[in-house]
Amino acid sequence: MAIPFKYSFKNFKSRNLTTIITIVGVALVVFVFAAVLMMAYGVQKTLKETGSVDNVLIARKSANSEISSIVSGDVQGVIRTLPNIAKRSDGSAIISNEPVVIINLDRQEGGISNITVRGVSETIKDLRPQVKLTEGRWFNFGTRELIVGRSINERFKGAQIGDKVKFAGDFWEVVGTFEADGSGFESEFWGDGLQLLNAFNRGNSVSTVTLKLESAESFDSFLNAFNEDRRLQQFEAKVEQAYYEEQSTFLVQFITALGVFITVIFSVGATIGAMITMYTAVANRTVEIGTLRSLGFRRRNILIAFLFESLTLSILGGLVGVFLASFLQFFSISTINFNSFSELEFSFALTPDIVVSSLIFAAVMGVLGGFLPSVRAARLKIVDSLRAV
Amino acid sequence: MPPLIQIQDVSKSYMRDSFEVPVLNNINLDIEEGEFMALMGPSGSGKTTLLNLIAGIDKPSSGKIKVSDTDISQLSETALAKWRANNIGFVFQFYNLIPVLTAYENVELPLLLTPLSKKERKKQAETALEIVGLADRMKHYPKQLSGGQEQRAAIARAIVTDPLVIIGDEPTGDLDKNSAEEILTLMERLNKEFKKTLLIVTHDPHAAERANITKHIDKGDLV
Repeated sequence: MAIPFKYSFKNFKSRNLTTIITIVGVALVVFVFAAVLMMAYGVQKTLKETGSVDNVLIARKSANSEISSIVSGDVQGVIRTLPNIAKRSDGSAIISNEPVVIINLDRQEGGISNITVRGVSETIKDLRPQVKLTEGRWFNFGTRELIVGRSINERFKGAQIGDKVKFAGDFWEVVGTFEADGSGFESEFWGDGLQLLNAFNRGNSVSTVTLKLESAESFDSFLNAFNEDRRLQQFEAKVEQAYYEEQSTFLVQFITALGVFITVIFSVGATIGAMITMYTAVANRTVEIGTLRSLGFRRRNILIAFLFESLTLSILGGLVGVFLASFLQFFSISTINFNSFSELEFSFALTPDIVVSSLIFAAVMGVLGGFLPSVRAARLKIVDSLRAV
Repeated sequence: MPPLIQIQDVSKSYMRDSFEVPVLNNINLDIEEGEFMALMGPSGSGKTTLLNLIAGIDKPSSGKIKVSDTDISQLSETALAKWRANNIGFVFQFYNLIPVLTAYENVELPLLLTPLSKKERKKQAETALEIVGLADRMKHYPKQLSGGQEQRAAIARAIVTDPLVIIGDEPTGDLDKNSAEEILTLMERLNKEFKKTLLIVTHDPHAAERANITKHIDKGDLV
């Protein structure tokens, strides 16, 4: 039988300070690690939730974002003839032809950022029912009015009801604010699509066309018809949710790569901290090790006992780190999405996968930090260690 | 009936830098079952080294050590660890109790290496603590015990597996006169009442007097 676990646990208590310092060291690194993963997942989740599963977004194949896509008027007409498009009670197809542009606006705390302005069609409330007006009123079609997403409303100057935003040589009055389940739309202005096209002299070429399907299951049927139409060869249709999720790819990869790189460097410090703690533990308990060996415990038992100690310390650190990181869920931050070059607000999001990854990361630090001291403990000669009184 | 412990032509030397330092020279010694032997000698004479060899925590450079017909000098390290767990009880000068474990947990420790159930371990550990007179202190930690009590707990740990031999390295070396007397009386009792074979190393002639037989060792030779 192995050396009892209570031996390791009780040893933590007997050296409170070093135990706490080691746990705090690991906890800080795990906190940063978890925060990075939560940030990356937050971006992904926000953009994924922007789209609906029964909406289809059509953009030019070569465009890597909405602002670089152009869908001309004749193509919009072809799309309208495709099957499986949901209709309103008055028989009109639920389609929104959307010009998407970027304007500059001043942040409340100073500095300028890029903001997306989306022009939408009259069917928009049926297309995106998750968008709810929270204050003021909807813009009137045919006027230069805008409604503003909650995130922009809270964090940018001139984005409050009654303010006038200047772009495309004209003033656009903000008449309402909206929420959209915390999705990326909350980081946008919305107005009449035709007014936007007119203001920017774009003729009738919009950026993307988004339509609602009769049901999410009819996407394959719609896609077959879409792909068979040679006039639409230069365009691609994607489920809206998948499209926006893809828009997060580059930013998510960037945050993850940079964050993991930084935390791996931090983790070297924490690993060395755990190593020093464990070397000290071995040095302080040399006689104990000799005694345990002389009683008949094997080298392997000693190795496991010390590795277990190191592992337990690091897992405790990991749990503390994840616990602290979980409070980040109450915070939202914003950044420029590299795909759309515009402001995106998102919340940190914790998932079971992130908890598991963080604890594995902590455990790896514990094993790496504890391995050499544990090997040293296991390799001590009994006679020599008994002499170390 | 052959002696319980047979030491045949045992030599031991250590390497210090590139020099070979002889510690024991061609030792021959028999210890009968049920004997209480004291090994005496000045510091550096090799008595603790001889004790370590008999206890199986060190190996001779040459010669044989047979304990109950097992040549322990030939055993692998793993086999030797198992052999120690089954056959040797240790009593150290500084008690060597694990400070974070209670007296009971310290005594139970060697039993974790046996196939006994938790209930059986409890019964055996409590019996050992009763024998040494510490039944009312079993939940105390070493730092809550006096030196004499700590050594009695260490003796309980040494006898709990009912080993063939109890080895004591200066078992009274860190104790006051009264506590030392208590410990020697307890060892004598283990020998006489429980027929245990005891082998102790000591500087103290008074402690050696309590043994049945005393051997002297000087500069690595039995004299």
